[in-house]
Amino acid sequence: MSFQDQVVIVTGASRGIGRAIAAAFAAKGAKVACVATTLANATATAETIGDSARAYACDVSDSASVEVLFEAILADLGTPSVLVNNAGITRDGLIIRMKEEDWDRVLAVNLKGAYNCIRAAAKPMMKARYGRIINITSIIGQTGAAGQANYAASKAGLIGLTKSIAKELGARNITCNAVAPGFITTDMTAELSDDFRAHVEKSAPAGRLGTPEDIAGAVVFLAEASSSYITGQTLTVDGGLSL
Amino acid sequence: MSEDILNRVTKVTVEELGVKAEEVTVAASFTEDLGADSLDVVELVMAFEDEFGIEIPDEDVSEIKTIGDVVNYIQKKSGE
Repeated sequence: MSFQDQVVIVTGASRGIGRAIAAAFAAKGAKVACVATTLANATATAETIGDSARAYACDVSDSASVEVLFEAILADLGTPSVLVNNAGITRDGLIIRMKEEDWDRVLAVNLKGAYNCIRAAAKPMMKARYGRIINITSIIGQTGAAGQANYAASKAGLIGLTKSIAKELGARNITCNAVAPGFITTDMTAELSDDFRAHVEKSAPAGRLGTPEDIAGAVVFLAEASSSYITGQTLTVDGGLSL
Repeated sequence: MSEDILNRVTKVTVEELGVKAEEVTVAASFTEDLGADSLDVVELVMAFEDEFGIEIPDEDVSEIKTIGDVVNYIQKKSGE
């Protein structure tokens, strides 16, 4: 099993893409730290996985909480080999009506959260001379979307962060890559209209929306030990929609 | 007292950089003589912080170039 006994941390693990990612690593032998904003949500995912998963509550936008989280994970499970920054939210609105708190909150969770977690994970990974960091961005970070200035900015920010971390930590055998999902069937996209759904199904060469497992597969690939020559990259998984 | 500090600094440096104790002279520069890259410097600073129970703010790190600098810094910080 390619991730046997490796410690994998997944933020935003309570549902959707995060849950699928946690399950995919567990299925390959990893010990998975499932992180969500509430313990109840993290536990819900950990229970579907079983003994190889542990639940942790943390608001990744709070750097003090993230320090505490990593101390706990190091004590419970050991040095992390893989960090998946998947925690992300939307607070959509047109720019002239977008409240400051909606801008700040999305940037704090989606982008600062990744910074907080990478900073905490980098220390033990550097000591171990091994790490795989995967940031979940979005095709929206590359194309933009009306009504999602904050979300798009945070996701585009993750791409710059990914490349910088790749350059900084490469010498310690730590890679940092991003996965950019297209439209995936999760709670985040559940409110899209049927028209829009039909549009995606027609326009995407793959002819369908994506599943969380589609994304998990890409994340696992980048996290493999054998993917050590791939770093600073964004792998778009959108059925060809953005072509 | 400063000999004890030098011994501990030498031990940490040998552990972190994998150099031999003989190479760790008072005048040895971390980057020029001991082969430390920027990540090594960061890790070394953290190791010194752990070993001596002090904090070394970033502004101070740029002043620390040699083993002797570290020993002097720690002596000052411990108020010896």
